[in-house]
Amino acid sequence: MSYIDKHRNLIDFTLSSLLRRKGKNIALILVYTLVVFILSSVMFFTHAIKKEASIILKDAPEMVVQRVVAGRHDLIPIRYIEKIKGIRGIGLPNARLWGYYFDPIAGANYTLIVPDDFQYGQGDIAIGKGISRSRLAYEGDIMPFMAYDGALINLRIRNVLSPESELVSSDLILISENDFRRIFGISKEYATDLTVKVRNQREINTIVRKITEIYPDTRVITKNEILRTYDAVFNWRGGIVIVIMSGAVMAFIVFAWDKASGLSAEEKKEIGILKAIGWETSDVILMKFWEGAVVSVTSFIAGIILAYFHVFFASSSLFEPVLKGWSVLYPEFKLTPFIDPYQVSTLFFLTVVPYTVATIIPSWRAATIDPDSVMR
Amino acid sequence: MIFHPAIIALLLSSFLITFLILYSSYFGLRIVRKWDIKSGSELQLNLERRTYLISTILAYVLGFQLFSLFLYIYTADNLHSLFVGAMCAAGTLNVNAYGYPTLILKVVNFLLAGLWLILNYTDNRAYDYPLIKKKYVFLLVIALFVTAEMIIQTNYLLRLKADVITSCCGSLFSTDTRGITSEIVALPSIPMKIAFYLGMAFTFVSGICFLKNSKLTGYVFSLASAVTFIISIISLISFISLYFYDLPTHHCPFCILQREYGYIGYLLYITILGGSVLGMGVGVVMPFRDIKSLSEILPSIQRRFAIISLVLYFLFTAVVTYRIVFSDFKLEGY
Repeated sequence: MSYIDKHRNLIDFTLSSLLRRKGKNIALILVYTLVVFILSSVMFFTHAIKKEASIILKDAPEMVVQRVVAGRHDLIPIRYIEKIKGIRGIGLPNARLWGYYFDPIAGANYTLIVPDDFQYGQGDIAIGKGISRSRLAYEGDIMPFMAYDGALINLRIRNVLSPESELVSSDLILISENDFRRIFGISKEYATDLTVKVRNQREINTIVRKITEIYPDTRVITKNEILRTYDAVFNWRGGIVIVIMSGAVMAFIVFAWDKASGLSAEEKKEIGILKAIGWETSDVILMKFWEGAVVSVTSFIAGIILAYFHVFFASSSLFEPVLKGWSVLYPEFKLTPFIDPYQVSTLFFLTVVPYTVATIIPSWRAATIDPDSVMR
Repeated sequence: MIFHPAIIALLLSSFLITFLILYSSYFGLRIVRKWDIKSGSELQLNLERRTYLISTILAYVLGFQLFSLFLYIYTADNLHSLFVGAMCAAGTLNVNAYGYPTLILKVVNFLLAGLWLILNYTDNRAYDYPLIKKKYVFLLVIALFVTAEMIIQTNYLLRLKADVITSCCGSLFSTDTRGITSEIVALPSIPMKIAFYLGMAFTFVSGICFLKNSKLTGYVFSLASAVTFIISIISLISFISLYFYDLPTHHCPFCILQREYGYIGYLLYITILGGSVLGMGVGVVMPFRDIKSLSEILPSIQRRFAIISLVLYFLFTAVVTYRIVFSDFKLEGY
């Protein structure tokens, strides 16, 4: 028990000595907290958004077949379905119609999709919350579209999509097949791409190979690939932001080093007295260890809690444009709160470890002060 | 390279650890060459002060090393979705030839740093630093291993390349090129079970003999705990983890660290790593029992190490045995 008592007394002493120099330590803790806050915001945000993407894609079809002409994505003839249907182990292939429409008034691109089971008839559309916000368009209003040949087509808004799905539906317009073909001038024989459902996951690769053998001009994108690419893209974004922030972390480390090595005369005297009354060098080092631990734990926890609020309750207002993308219509959405020990330990390595390394040598130097030289 | 925050953290920490170790081995080298306890020169005084710094640094390095071992495994597990064919950490580590060597070096370095701290602890108990030169020669060896780990880990992480969609041909690329072998070669379960329990039993018997104060068994116990450590790791792959997964085919020593299995792997790895460091430590300090300043205190230190090591090994065996006995899963039933 004496071992625990020793440490308890040391922590007790450390806390009171930290409190005696409030100004200096609060400055340190503030900067430290800020660094933890920024880094953990980035990590929480990228992680939550990756999670969101995987939830959205959970029900997506296993593969998408696109036709490629001259290296570019092109419209696919609907008759391609006939041969693909014959491959064993797949559900009925489905032709999808979707595209982008640039609206000069909002200065934004909308995503137009023809759903399989469009509830409204020709001449009606349903729009996303983001479009409704930027165009001040609500249920019952008329929205004009410029068709490929310059003709003006008026469509009636029948519904504004619910805000829960805003991450994906912010810039979305649901439209009937006939209106879609009319606006873009796409003939009945073509679709944007085909989706294929596969029941057995293990057969995906074989089916992909068969499709590319039948139609060498197509490329098949599987769901796993999309997920993987999302993961990689968001990892990359988060990583880049952290690399950019590393300048700030560096500055913080130098700051911590400076704070730890620039002992005031009073602190030196304190250590000198401690040693004169019988503390050993290792005891002073232990005290310094606890000092570092108290500062680190306080700032680390404070930073993480702040970041948690920032990301999950304040929608990461500080840097969302960098991490989300380059779209004009930003969706407004709340991410599902999610933290795991893995993120926390990564943060620990990015902040606490460098801080500790920067303060080891200064605190050793402080601990080896000769009592007689400082008390004189 | 994949710009993942954890990868940046791993690289950063290994650079920092290497820097710390090289920094301290510079002074270690000076101590090996210039140390003279009888001298009262300024140099000697300086070196004596440095020893405090170096033992503090090594204590931190040990902690960081353990943390980074788990972070490494966890990162490998986290990244498996980026590689075609990888199902968990076992597959990610196979993406290039540097994955497993890094893992092994991380474990070895943890063990070495632990042994160094045991040596240091013993040395500090004596009034005349009897082991100082040996200790710092050992530090130089550790520096080599830590540097090697840094180089190999950097190689591994920088050579990772995610299989993402390419603009030309989507899937075709990823399916045909390669699949990563994501399973690990495992030894048959029944012989491994026998070896595991024999090894543990032998360690316990030799440990108890050692505690009952017979001189030579110190080496035997130490050797037994080292061999049992290796057997236990092989057993983890061969049969222990299977009982936790309830799956006769998944020989993965990493997935037990995941939430799905209640993070039980951390308990297993920490007990087995801690037990083996302390067990081997008993043997490492064994030759120094004849040194005059250590002869009084060393036996009691060794006893304490041996007891803790046996407790940790016992915990490991108890958890494993509990699972084997009380799980519905019968490994040899198919």
